Amino acid sequence: MEELPSEGPGFFTSKLEHMVGWARRYSIFVYPFVTACCGMEYMSAASGHYDMDRFGAGLPRFSPRQADVLLVVGTISQKIAPILRRIYDQMCEPKWVVAFGVCTCTGGFYDNYATVQGIDTILPVDIYIPGCPPRPEAVLDGLVKLQTKIENQRQVLLRKP
Amino acid sequence: MTSTSGNRETQSMLLNIGPSHPAMHGVIRLITELEGETVVKVEAEIGYLHRAFEKSCEESSWTQSIPYTDRLNYVSPLINNFGYCGAVEKLLGIELTERCKYIRVIMSEVSRITDHLTCIAASAMELGAMTAFLYLMKAREYLYDIVEEVTGARLTIAYGRIGGVKGDLPAGMEARLEEALRKTEKEIEEVNLLLTRNRIWVDRTRDVGILTKDNAISYAITGPLARSAGINYDVRKAFPYLVYDRVDFDVPLGEQGDNYDRYMVRMEEMRQSIRIIRQCMKDIPDGSVNTDWARDAIKSYDLVDQAKMGETAGLVNVISTVEPTLEGSERPYHQRIMSKDKRVVLPNKGDTYGNIEGLMNHFKIVMDAHGIRPPKGDTYFAVEGANGELGFYVVSDGKDRPYRVRCRPPCFFGMAGLHTMLEGYMVADIVATFGSINMIAGELDR
Repeated sequence: MEELPSEGPGFFTSKLEHMVGWARRYSIFVYPFVTACCGMEYMSAASGHYDMDRFGAGLPRFSPRQADVLLVVGTISQKIAPILRRIYDQMCEPKWVVAFGVCTCTGGFYDNYATVQGIDTILPVDIYIPGCPPRPEAVLDGLVKLQTKIENQRQVLLRKP
Repeated sequence: MTSTSGNRETQSMLLNIGPSHPAMHGVIRLITELEGETVVKVEAEIGYLHRAFEKSCEESSWTQSIPYTDRLNYVSPLINNFGYCGAVEKLLGIELTERCKYIRVIMSEVSRITDHLTCIAASAMELGAMTAFLYLMKAREYLYDIVEEVTGARLTIAYGRIGGVKGDLPAGMEARLEEALRKTEKEIEEVNLLLTRNRIWVDRTRDVGILTKDNAISYAITGPLARSAGINYDVRKAFPYLVYDRVDFDVPLGEQGDNYDRYMVRMEEMRQSIRIIRQCMKDIPDGSVNTDWARDAIKSYDLVDQAKMGETAGLVNVISTVEPTLEGSERPYHQRIMSKDKRVVLPNKGDTYGNIEGLMNHFKIVMDAHGIRPPKGDTYFAVEGANGELGFYVVSDGKDRPYRVRCRPPCFFGMAGLHTMLEGYMVADIVATFGSINMIAGELDR
């Protein structure tokens, strides 16, 4: 996972990085890992009224190999947790994870033997969208925050094989 | 299993579908055995969304269990709320106020429509009909607006209370509900035109996933699944609760129980639900909210009541009269929608602060380790959920917490009988059939 050595942030490199960040920001392919209630709000956010497509994240890919953003929607129980981790591992770099709903953030009010207390115990999470379930407006706000994060982060362009 | 066709020997193949499969929704694992493209055997593994509903209820008080019931069938949470509250009320022997019964029926039917819309939308999308999905989601938003206006939340609403509901219908609800129903009807008709005689849709759903009448009965399947197989069983008709015996509606029945029949039954049920809501809005007693807060000065308690129910539009411009006495504590809203039973409903503030009985009553309900205490015993109460008979079996040992809350989830039985609907058909039909049984993981795994 080591990057190619560069000459330092020269003019062209930083411009290129800026451009790539801009492009990545508006071409998000989402993998919605829908398990529970929050899925209803995801459906609302993705369809006509709220229209996630406006932000360049309109096309959900139901295959982890084709997706950039793993949207974990709904309660993650102990039984589904290994499957979620496996899906995350199958995704190609660069990838981001959004915790959608309070169950994925902290376990929510399911503080019991069956529920994983926050998916950040098994995955690295980029954006947390709390709410039980979050309103579609909150989802869009989280999406925009993720886009800002994607644009401003250091873009990894080449990797050693 | 091996078989010989011509000179080639074929072997059956095991194929895992799920728990996270591109073509299906919901977390479920179907272990299928295939002979070529034909499904020979299906076994469903469930439990991926087990959230310990029953255990959580035992650890919280009778009222605190209500939010957990929202998340059973999260597509129609209001029906779940009223089912649970109904069970506890039956245990306590509480009679609801008339207005509350009507409100419950109206909101249940709104919820039923959202559920059927979502089911048809999801199954249509999985068969590639994205347009139908978008139209139905549009219709659902109109109803979510209504739900939000009444309950304060779009999805997980916690609107039911033991002995009543959280708040009255907001002012001017009748017109807005009618508007929403009209728009919803339009979208349903649009989808009707798109799907019902669509060649691809009919080919994918007709004569596919047949559930026979015998199988439906032997697997205890209820709801639209059973009705599409021709079984005339609807809890609303068979054991009328609330005011379902006073409204006029039909129970649509299918003929052969295939996917197409299930789709048609759901479409018709939505129209019937709209019919029920219209009748209830007409018959609901004491329909008008008695303050005209555009013109006159209103009482301070009305102001608080309205603000609590989310009617904050224009409230800053309203003149309110402030009373230093406790006259304002009669709470007219509250009395219309909550039962008068002192065991579950808080007394008005005048009594709480004015006399010792009222104070004790308040204390007994509010304080931890006192709370609502149904008498020792158990009861079963069923409502017609969107997927079928949704029953709650509650046991009380006389304490402030439920001893046991058992839920009879309607789609569990549909899942048990799923293999009879899949075996013998093609792999591609799994998606169509699975979509049409409307599995909701929240209530399946609890």
